[in-house]
Amino acid sequence: MDKLTPKTIPVPDHPAAAAAFQADAERANWHDQALWFIREKRDVASKQTPDWELLRETASQIKEHVLAHLDELLIQFEEKARENGIQVHWAADGEEHNQIVLGILRQHGIRKLVKSKSMLTEECHLNDFLAAQGVEVVDTDLGERIVQLAQEPPSHIVLPSIHKRKEEVGELFHQHLGTEKGASDPAYLTEAARQHLREKFLSSDLAITGVNFAIAETGGLVVCTNEGNADLGVHLAKVHIACMGLEKIIPKAEDLGVFLRLLARSATGQPITTYSSHFHKPAPGQEMHLVLVDNGRSTHLGKKDFYKALKCIRCGACINTCPVYRRSGGHSYHHTISGPIGAILAPNLDRQKNADLPFASTLCGSCTHVCPVKIDIHNQLYLWRQVLAQDGQVPKAKAVSMQAMATVLANPKVYRLAGRSGRFMLRWLPGVAQNKRLNAWARQRDMPSPPKESFRDWYLKNRKTK
Amino acid sequence: MSSRQAILDRIKENKPAAPAPWVKPPFQVPLPQDRLALFQHSIGAAGSVGVLVPDLVSVGIYLQERFMSPDRVVNTVAGVGFGRDVSTAILEKEALAQVEVAVVAGVLGVAENGAVWVTEEQVPVRVLPFLCEHLVLVVRQQDLVGTMQEAYANIKVDATGYGTFIAGPSRTADIEQSLVIGAHGPKRMHVFIIQSEL
Repeated sequence: MDKLTPKTIPVPDHPAAAAAFQADAERANWHDQALWFIREKRDVASKQTPDWELLRETASQIKEHVLAHLDELLIQFEEKARENGIQVHWAADGEEHNQIVLGILRQHGIRKLVKSKSMLTEECHLNDFLAAQGVEVVDTDLGERIVQLAQEPPSHIVLPSIHKRKEEVGELFHQHLGTEKGASDPAYLTEAARQHLREKFLSSDLAITGVNFAIAETGGLVVCTNEGNADLGVHLAKVHIACMGLEKIIPKAEDLGVFLRLLARSATGQPITTYSSHFHKPAPGQEMHLVLVDNGRSTHLGKKDFYKALKCIRCGACINTCPVYRRSGGHSYHHTISGPIGAILAPNLDRQKNADLPFASTLCGSCTHVCPVKIDIHNQLYLWRQVLAQDGQVPKAKAVSMQAMATVLANPKVYRLAGRSGRFMLRWLPGVAQNKRLNAWARQRDMPSPPKESFRDWYLKNRKTK
Repeated sequence: MSSRQAILDRIKENKPAAPAPWVKPPFQVPLPQDRLALFQHSIGAAGSVGVLVPDLVSVGIYLQERFMSPDRVVNTVAGVGFGRDVSTAILEKEALAQVEVAVVAGVLGVAENGAVWVTEEQVPVRVLPFLCEHLVLVVRQQDLVGTMQEAYANIKVDATGYGTFIAGPSRTADIEQSLVIGAHGPKRMHVFIIQSEL
């Protein structure tokens, strides 16, 4: 793993960070509503699309095929891409990826570049790495530019600045772009960003983009945006570097017919992104590079219970629907990819650092239900909890109470005793059960009023009287 | 050992068993006679203005009525007959950035989402449809298909070095989810559909 200090907000663990996010109730409620609004748009779009479930199943099958043939597809892709005039590089980890990009920059003597949205470069901490080398990186997606100016990581893979209120964006733009103090109209701020970034596009010699899909059959890649920032950057630059995780490969161009019907509908409820651009050859006089990044993926592939997370197409649907994400914010996940999918990807990279994330879920299954490639997200969250508990990577209090619970549930006599003492406590010493310091569960909840007797007692008594 | 070989070796060792072969099922497609109405609905929903015209000359007349001066328009479609011809348009990027209206031919239109396939064969430089303030796409009614799957069955993505589906003016909702039309690319878009017999 690379040794760079990522630009993350210092967060000890998910519950603590979520509590901090909840402290501002007005913002937390707004955040919840904003994401639910997108989830609802996704629902409408999916229901208006005939064969939606068939599309999901087909996409899932294609991705399973990809993972089972990943090496062959990568070799096929590489060969075709080279024939097309694309220079292909392989990076084992984030560090090697960053060095490859820096090497290309140095070769051309380039000290500033524009970059469209790429979660992979976030994962590799490319911006911090290049900044340390004296290279100016300008993120051109509006949401990414906002968080870049705020010196924060994105809080959502599709909506990087969803945690920011328009007044905060207005203040940032006032400081950095010279917009009027106090102005917060989204149209006005967007126009200011357009003018500011137009100049960057026109003066940049190198553009970095992410990759949504790479086609093995034709050796080309597809980049989807709504703003047109990837295309503006690439077409105005002399050098294009595209960076992708290994798993973004698909076998054939016709598979795009399935994925592009699912991607934007799942992400924002649009029937398609405004631009779906297919790059196969560099423009005349242009140079095109592709960096294929492993960074743990080839190891992840070998984990029987968890490899299917590599099917992800990064639409963000699971994030928008997650009741925990909506109420805790993306930064509480302290990982590049937040929400349910992030919580099952992160432990593959660093189990210890991300041991809290699989617990940031109610296991309600909504994530699995909306996933366009049918990843069993909530099952994996549950399985990760077991792996982490066996590894001893859950907090002591949780491990001990789980052990106690296991003993109680395994032994009928102890169970009945526990039930009786629970009812006794609730009736005669409710202050103890309701004490929010002693009982974490009661912090946001009221304890129920206790029944007079257990079902078992009631049953035995009533059966006798009959 | 190179990273390439190490990565490929690791994948080979770790990859899951191949799933049972999957036969792609047939998908529903809109009826051919429904494509036009669906396409018009989709382009409107994406924030473009759709105009049905009998022929290319009608596109030129429509533009003349609205833009008056042909200097404001860079036309790359033969037969439109209005605007500066592209061969005389200046193609340096600073001058291109001043282009107000660009008229570009689309290869194919997709009814389900209003996307139009444009390749580098239709434009003098790849950046033109992104740099102009107002993009005008022209697509023939006979070149409409129902779904993205039908679209890919009708195009060859690697026939040219670059191609893109354009589905409206550029947009963003990155500030508090408020939709703003006109992010980095065009702020306005027209899609002309040239009528034809089916």
